[in-house]
Amino acid sequence: MAIEPMEGIVLTQLDHLANWVRKNSLWPMPFATACCGIELMATGASRHDIARFGSEAMRFTPRQCDLMIVAGRVVMKMVPVMQRIWLQMPEPKWCISMGACASSGGVFDTYAVVQGIDRFIPVDIYVPGCPPRPEQLIQAVLDIQDKIKRTGTLFAREFKNRSTFEGPRLNPATIPASERMIAPGNYETATRLQD
Amino acid sequence: MADTERIAVVRERFDATASLLRGKLGSDVFTTSTFRDNCRLIASSDKVYVILEACKLHGFDMLADMSGADYLHYPDAKDRYGVWYCLVNTSTGERVIVKTYVNDPNPTLPSVYGLWKGCDWMEREVYDMYGIEFKGHPDLRRILLPDEFSSFPLRKDYPMRGKGERHNFNPILRSES
Repeated sequence: MAIEPMEGIVLTQLDHLANWVRKNSLWPMPFATACCGIELMATGASRHDIARFGSEAMRFTPRQCDLMIVAGRVVMKMVPVMQRIWLQMPEPKWCISMGACASSGGVFDTYAVVQGIDRFIPVDIYVPGCPPRPEQLIQAVLDIQDKIKRTGTLFAREFKNRSTFEGPRLNPATIPASERMIAPGNYETATRLQD
Repeated sequence: MADTERIAVVRERFDATASLLRGKLGSDVFTTSTFRDNCRLIASSDKVYVILEACKLHGFDMLADMSGADYLHYPDAKDRYGVWYCLVNTSTGERVIVKTYVNDPNPTLPSVYGLWKGCDWMEREVYDMYGIEFKGHPDLRRILLPDEFSSFPLRKDYPMRGKGERHNFNPILRSES
């Protein structure tokens, strides 16, 4: 005969309890480097109000945050800074790559701009858009919440399994270093030398 | 004052300045050219410091701007790099542009740090982008790009997507962070 639980008592797993607590109190670290940062601010402001989803507590120190939102293009000089901020965040932590530039470099395919932050830090959710609407960012936060609910564990065991590189394997846009430019531009060959 | 009249006044003053400088330095030290109200003194790289020094003594006490260009593949260009100094006489408002050219290998110019201290960061930027060395600059190192960057990206033979510098960092795996 099964034991009847007493009234006013809920039985659950500690993992579920931790996930429930964590997902409803995400503290974002706004790594806003460009115009996506303006949309990030709009998401936090009263009209869109990210507080409805429990992640309004933006802190400008990585040590108090558990959700890094990279909003904007990242240049090569900024990569060590970004990696350091990511490493300074305490576990468990997640990362949103917000907008086309953070996810792929966007239109800035030049020598200084990194073609996607997932080449250097692990990313959980990508947000398309240039810049994304606040609703899209809110959806990304909801997706992170869902991911935490599905995969989270009390002692963050799920991150230990992600030991392979998650960035792009091969970037078709990467042109060999031998490529040279014509100046002034040749409009028929899109300014690129033909072989 | 209409624009054409203003330009005429500017050029009149420039002609007076140029002839005065010619009297001091000799007639073959520089050539002149004008475009609208831009008045230029063009000199070879070994004469340019003398001209800039004379301009400073003449009253051009401010180096308003300084920049460079790469004329590779440029129609009818004879030299590879151009460098110019935009000078202002702050008491009369007169402006003059001193322009010079340098070439590979080892494009080098004398630093004007002794004349205008404001050239400090401008010379560093020209060095950063074109690799033109300024002899006598007290602290000539990169200003915008990271120190370990090995190319000069505004040179026309530098590929727009770089030579792999932007992705030359180690990725952080999720299990290690």
